Amino acid sequence: MFFPEHLENLHSIGEAFALALQLVLSGDPDLLEIVALSLRVSLTATAVACLIGLPIGALVAISRFRGRTIVLVVMNALMGLPPVVVGLLVYLHLSRSGPLGFLGLLYTPTAMIIAQTILIAPIVAALSRQVLEDLHAEYAEQFRSLCLTRGQAVAALLWDARYSLLTVGLAGFGRAVAEVGAVIIVGGNIDHLTRVMTTAIALETSKGDLALALALGVVLLAISLSVNAAVQTLRLTATRQAYV
Amino acid sequence: MIRRTVGASAIALVFASAAAAQDQSIIVQSTTSTANSGLYDHLLPLFQDKTGIQVNVVAVGTGQAIRNAANCDGDVLLVHAKASEEEFVAAGFGAERTDLMYNDFVIVGPADDPAGIRGMSDAQAALTKIGQQGALFASRGDDSGTHKKEVSLWADTGIDPADASGEWYRETGSGMGATLNAGIGMGAYVMTDRATWISFGNKQDYAIQVEGDEDLFNQYGVIPISPEKCPSVNSEAAQTFADWLVSDEGQDAIAAYRVADQQLFFPNAPDS
Repeated sequence: MFFPEHLENLHSIGEAFALALQLVLSGDPDLLEIVALSLRVSLTATAVACLIGLPIGALVAISRFRGRTIVLVVMNALMGLPPVVVGLLVYLHLSRSGPLGFLGLLYTPTAMIIAQTILIAPIVAALSRQVLEDLHAEYAEQFRSLCLTRGQAVAALLWDARYSLLTVGLAGFGRAVAEVGAVIIVGGNIDHLTRVMTTAIALETSKGDLALALALGVVLLAISLSVNAAVQTLRLTATRQAYV
Repeated sequence: MIRRTVGASAIALVFASAAAAQDQSIIVQSTTSTANSGLYDHLLPLFQDKTGIQVNVVAVGTGQAIRNAANCDGDVLLVHAKASEEEFVAAGFGAERTDLMYNDFVIVGPADDPAGIRGMSDAQAALTKIGQQGALFASRGDDSGTHKKEVSLWADTGIDPADASGEWYRETGSGMGATLNAGIGMGAYVMTDRATWISFGNKQDYAIQVEGDEDLFNQYGVIPISPEKCPSVNSEAAQTFADWLVSDEGQDAIAAYRVADQQLFFPNAPDS
């Protein structure tokens, strides 16, 4: 063979980038649909996970109680929840023969949002607990002198740490948008209904169309990059205004 | 007042159309081989144009498809493991099983053919040779229709490949395409259905080594899920889909699907 093997592989990586660019520029409606669903599912899951995880993280951060260390260990351990296990648990509940089967949610985007929320809420809770606990160490005395209730303290901490918490949210979003194990089980990777970027990549890989799979991977990375850039811009603009 | 009425009827319309759309969609639990080969992309638009029924395909291994269907998570089952399908119907989950189409399994392998099985047409003899020489063999290992067939072929060779699991016998526990990727990556022989093989895009130096054995016959069947066991099924639409597949029109559509100038599935539903 004329070309050593690694050069051929490099060639297919180059091909994937070209293909990715071509896919994006062509505005392929199927691709746009998949991208839109990926964003809708993972951004919604991130929002819900923040609604659940931030207050929990804040409460644990400011509270002192028996068994707190155990709670912290469990919270941190849950950050490593395997997506496939979460997918299976959600499947068993949402299946027609499961306790919540009557809702008819299996194989819908809602089921995917539920699975990803369960997956990333612990990440949001555990990371925000760490951020807020550090901040609380600075504020604790001031809170005491102002006689704030626990709820007021939580609200004050969350507000003052809002920019750091954006990064926490991004960590959750990154995990959600990149996982495939949970959404493929509860969504079923149904074309035009529950197919997202990661399940499309898995499908193209199993069809042996590695260049297209990699191209979709490049597009997914670009999406992730855009979301992070958008949040960073928002944060910079807001902090700049705060000092004007 | 008028605005309110318009608003209310608009909302009613949205809900009504959402409900109607819901009625007109079914879930088919099916195999990776039929989905990965692109058959559904060819068939479903034809069916949808005719009936307006949206068909959503969940493509998993036959074993998992049957389990999902037994959990009532689907309206139609379209798989390829006749014995398991008949059990499914006997257990009351399926209304009726009908032969739909067939193709065949082949054994693919690398160009240097380490076990020397190229051109053989006796699958068991070929597997025996692979086993005796300890040549690498990648198995689905996922209780799919293809896996069940492969296990049944080994059973008659007197070799128990499970003894060599992790050595020359590699169980990937994945779908057909993923197993082909893994097998090709490690230089192992793989048994695959012909449809997946023809449409597979990462063949490298692999080619069909063994084909043409009667034992490699691969029959697909279609079963609407029973509304008695699963009240949630859309049995009318499910039956419409099953009936269309076995009708002359559906059978012709299956026969017309070609990839790389080759027919992938051969319709053989009984004349109704």
